Order: sequence, then C-alpha cells, then structure tokens
Amino acid sequence: MGRVVLDHVSKKFDDVAAVDDLSIEVADEEFLVLLGPSGCGKSTALRMIAGLEDPTDGTIVIGDRVVTDVEAKDRDVAMVFQSYALYPHMTVRKNIEFPLRSRKVPAAERDQLVRDAAESLDLTALLDRKPAHLSGGQRQRVALARAIVRRPQVFLMDEPLSNLDAKLRVQTRAELVELQRRLRATIVYVTHDQVEAMTMGHRIAVMNQGVLQQIGRPQDVYAKPANLFVARFIGSPPMNTVTGRIVPSTDEASGGLAAELPGGQVPLIPEVADAVRAAGLTEVIIGVRPEDLSFSTEASSFYGLGGRGVDATVTVVESLGHERHVICRLTDHQLVIVRQDAHEAAPQEGSATRIVTTPGAIHLFDPESGARVEHGGA
Amino acid sequence: MTATSVTPARRARRRRERLLAYALLVPALLIFGVFVFWPLVHNVYLGLFRNPPFPGLPSKYVGLDQYRDVLTSQDFVDSVKTTFLFAFLTVPIGIALGLGLAVLAHQQLRGIGVYRTIFSSTVATSVAVAAVIFGTLMNPSVGLLPWLGLDTNPAILQNPDYALIAVALVTVWQTLGLTFILMASGLQSVPDELFEAAEVDGAGAWSRFWHVTLPMMSPTIFFTVVVGTIFAFQSFGQIDILTQGGPLKKTNVLTYYIYDTLQRQSDPGKAAVLAVALFFITLVLALAQIRLLERRVSYER
Repeated sequence: MGRVVLDHVSKKFDDVAAVDDLSIEVADEEFLVLLGPSGCGKSTALRMIAGLEDPTDGTIVIGDRVVTDVEAKDRDVAMVFQSYALYPHMTVRKNIEFPLRSRKVPAAERDQLVRDAAESLDLTALLDRKPAHLSGGQRQRVALARAIVRRPQVFLMDEPLSNLDAKLRVQTRAELVELQRRLRATIVYVTHDQVEAMTMGHRIAVMNQGVLQQIGRPQDVYAKPANLFVARFIGSPPMNTVTGRIVPSTDEASGGLAAELPGGQVPLIPEVADAVRAAGLTEVIIGVRPEDLSFSTEASSFYGLGGRGVDATVTVVESLGHERHVICRLTDHQLVIVRQDAHEAAPQEGSATRIVTTPGAIHLFDPESGARVEHGGA
Repeated sequence: MTATSVTPARRARRRRERLLAYALLVPALLIFGVFVFWPLVHNVYLGLFRNPPFPGLPSKYVGLDQYRDVLTSQDFVDSVKTTFLFAFLTVPIGIALGLGLAVLAHQQLRGIGVYRTIFSSTVATSVAVAAVIFGTLMNPSVGLLPWLGLDTNPAILQNPDYALIAVALVTVWQTLGLTFILMASGLQSVPDELFEAAEVDGAGAWSRFWHVTLPMMSPTIFFTVVVGTIFAFQSFGQIDILTQGGPLKKTNVLTYYIYDTLQRQSDPGKAAVLAVALFFITLVLALAQIRLLERRVSYER
C-alpha cells in the first residue's frame, strides 16, 4: 500500500474553482475521509487522485511516484463508485476478474485471486450471476471485491454506502473498517455523511467550496472545529452559534468581560476573556454543542459562566427515544437546540426557561473571518 | 383463484374491457388491412397469372408455374446475389463508420457540437440528392476525378467491376447520418462511470471499446443491423438515378428488377412474383438475424 500526496492541487472548470489549492498528505495504511456538502469539491479531488480529472495546478503523488500526468489506467489505484459501476453484461466473476485481465495477470493466478476476493466478501455463491440479479448490498460487495482483488497502492471510494438502506449501511461501515485493517489498505473515502466520517476515518478532511477547512482526527475536529463552517457541519444536531456583543462584566468569576446575547449576558471566564482581548474582538460568535447546554432550574446552583443563563422559550420537544432535542427560541427568535438524555425531565413546550452551559464547552469564532478563536478554557 | 370466485359482475366487466380493447384495435387493423395485408395477398394472387405475349390478350391463369419459372431463372438468382452483396457492402461498413464517428464525437471537447452536426448532416439529405452529388463526383469528364488527374475509363458507374461498389458508397454516405445518430444516442445511454471504472481498472482505450462500449452498445447495433438490412434490401432511388440496374445488370437489385419488370417490360405477373420473393427474403432474413444475433445482445443495464 502507498501514501497519497496532493500538493497545492487546484481544479478549475471554466474559471470556477472546484478544488482550490488543496494540499493533503495521506499516510500509508491511513483511512482518510474527505467530508463536505455536495459540490464542495471532494469528489473532484478524489477523481484527480484516480486520474479521471486533470488538475489545473499542483502535483499528485501516489506511493513514491509523481502521477500528475499518468493516465488513470497506469496509476495503480482501485475505485469504488457511488453507483458501483459494475459491468452489467458480465457475471460477478468477470466483473471481479476485469482489473486482473486488464493487467494481464495469468489465468491460474487470476482464478485464485478472484476466489479469495469473492470469499472474503461472501460472494462465492453469486459468482455466476449478473449484476441485474443482485441486491443493492450484494452489488456493493461486488464493487468492493473488484477493488480489492488486485492490491493497488490506494483505494478510492466515492460515497460507496449512500445507495444502501440505513441498516445495511451501519453494517457495511463496520465491515469496511475491518477490511481496511485486514488489508492494511490506504483508503481515501469521500462522503457527505458525518457519521461515516466520524466512525470510519483515521482523519477527516472537511471541505467547503473547494477549500480544505480542517484536517484532523475525528475527535479533534469535533472538539476543536477550526471555523464556523466545520462547527456547524459536524455534529448532529449541529452546534448552536449565537452572535454576542462584548461588554464589560462585573461578575467576579469572569475575566471582566461578558458576551451580551439576546436574552441574557454570558460572563466570560478569564481564559476566554483574555483570548477575546488578544484578538481585539468587539463581537464574537459563541458556539455551544447541544449536548453542552442544559436548563437552569430554581434549585440549580450552576455557577461560573452563564450562571444566570439565557432566557428562552421552549418551542418543540423532539424525543428520539434515547435522547431528546429541545428546540428553544431566544428572545430575538433565533433557535437553539438543547440535547437531553431521556431520563432527564423534559421541559413543557411553550414554557419559559433559562439555558446554561459550562465554561469549557464554549467555542469562540471571529464573526468577520469565521475562524476559531483559541482559548485556554477548554 | 377458483372458478366460483368469478362473479357475474366481474365477468361482465371483463367482457366490457375485451370489447374496448378490440374497439381500440379496429382503426389500426383497418389501415393495415387495406394498405398492407390486402396488397400483399393480392400480390400473391397476381403472381398466379402469366402476362400475354402480346398486349391486348387476356392474362392467363398458370397456377404456381410462373413462380417456379421466375424463381429458378438466372436473372432472379443473379439479382438476389446482387441484393445480398449490396446489403453486405453497405450495412457492416455503415455501422462500423457510424460507431466509429459516434465514439469520436463522444468526448468533452471544445466545439464537439459542430462535429456532431456535420456527422449527422446526411440524415437531412435525400437519396436523390446524395445520388446526384456522387454522380457528379464520379463523372469521368467533369468534377473531382479529372481534377485529381484520375482518368476513369470506362466511367466508374459504367464499369461492371465498380458500379455496385460505387452505389454502395453513396448509400453508406447517405445513411451515415442516421447510423451516427443511432450510435451516438446508444453511446449516450451508457453511463460514463462504466468507462471510468474500466479506466481505473487498467483498461486501455481499445480494451474499453471491446469490453465496455461494444457490449453496452449491442442492443443498438443489433437494431441497426436488422433495420439497416431491411433498408438495404429496399434501396431503389440511388440505383435508378445512377445506374438503372446496369452495367450488365451488375446493380440489378431486387427492387430495381421489380420496377424494371413492371414498368419497362409491362409484366405485372412476373413483377408480383418478384415482389413476393423480396417480401419473404426480407422476412426470413430479419427473423434469422433476430434468432442468431439477439442471443449475443446484452440488454442488461
């Protein structure tokens, strides 16, 4: 298996940059997920690695070889397409065999490799069927088998699970992770599904409008989103973000500053206040994940940051069984989502409440650039 | 389902539906009956009468004698051979060219639309126009050949060795537009991802054509072969304009033979026999193609 390097790679379609100055290094045996909304350039990036698109600028390296000008067929990669792209006129066996035939692998060896690949994906009984007579899950496995039958440097996967039903997707996700480990494969995996990204990737590269937003381990991207886009894109329900004006605070636990939000002031603890001062911000976007919010009750002595909390009205309570999403409206009608465990007491819909959080749970973003403002309070 | 479950009401509804089905079929059957089936049957009947040796005498009922005489005559056998040769010269080459152009035009290149328009332009050309254009081009004393310094004597269209090839050439050119359009639309219906998958799987251009394009195009190619062959067997205009069946009957295909028999020799009985023969040859050939070729066609998507 091999590594993949994208070095300042751009792709323009008629002056529109689908991928803009993308630099990523995928280590050997790494499972890297390219994550982003549709049209963010993740598929274009993948297709450039495959050789199906030519980059307008930049260099691509696979293994130890610069492949920028190498044709797809000579790049030594395997790809799983969203539609699977199985050859409909060929049996499962012929489909799996095709990459071997193309590369002139001797027949005896070919047979063995096809058998092994089919066996590892539980396709042995289906070898003589044609794709039209397979279920979606089976087709997906044939596409995988066709990819793993050869040992390419890199596996490229373009939303391979998106055509499966929810249950099968969860199962296949686990199987893919296991497969990656067993084959010690380098995988570049494109998806718009953050759950896939979080659960499968060693690292996630979040893209938006052709630009890489952040790359890192899933837990790091979740804990410290580099900017507002990542903050809002990753997490379900998404992170709450509210703009606040910076005002002086007399709260003794605060660092002398508070953020004035609709419905209340949130005193900033010294570490956060220092960061705001250092960045010279007069306004700040405060981001808090739904699970880091809770409701203040009369009895609670939830002091520290947001001791008093922010006034809000409970609009809708959505119960998902194991958890609850409480959608609240701030005084200026912005919506804020609070996640509760099922065993917590549910607030009444329509009731007035106060929302509080803990200091460490606050993310700060520069309202101008959207970039994260680091602070020592986490 | 048991018979007892069919209630009278349901039976009545079924009868109504059947009546409606027949009522809807009647107009089409009427038109086919009058303009297709009746002429066909009447043609078979006409073939049973031998024309009098001199005009004015009544034609004589001879049963199947005339069928036997005409169908075993050297002229008929030669004409059938010429017809098959003509189809053989036009259909495979036309399809190969059409497919080739379609593959060439199936690329994301700047201005590819212009090429597509050019390639399909002959579809707007009638047989007569095509024949006149090529008749001029192949004229031995004016046009392209003398300009190229080529001395063609005897003229191509009067040369027994080349006349059929020349007429076939006109036909290929004239039908190329339609063939191209059929092939291009067939190619369009093949998902691009299949070609991309093949490319990533290590297949070169030729291998992709052989293992992906051709099998995926097989329904289109099959359709074009069958329809193209029928068209070839019915070609008439270009032969009438360019060679009138000559020289030495080398371009005397069945359609022209029928026309010649009826119009020049004023022999409707014999012409009817030839027409019936053409009908059955076309029918059998089409059925044979369907039987033999369709097995290799992959309709799976």
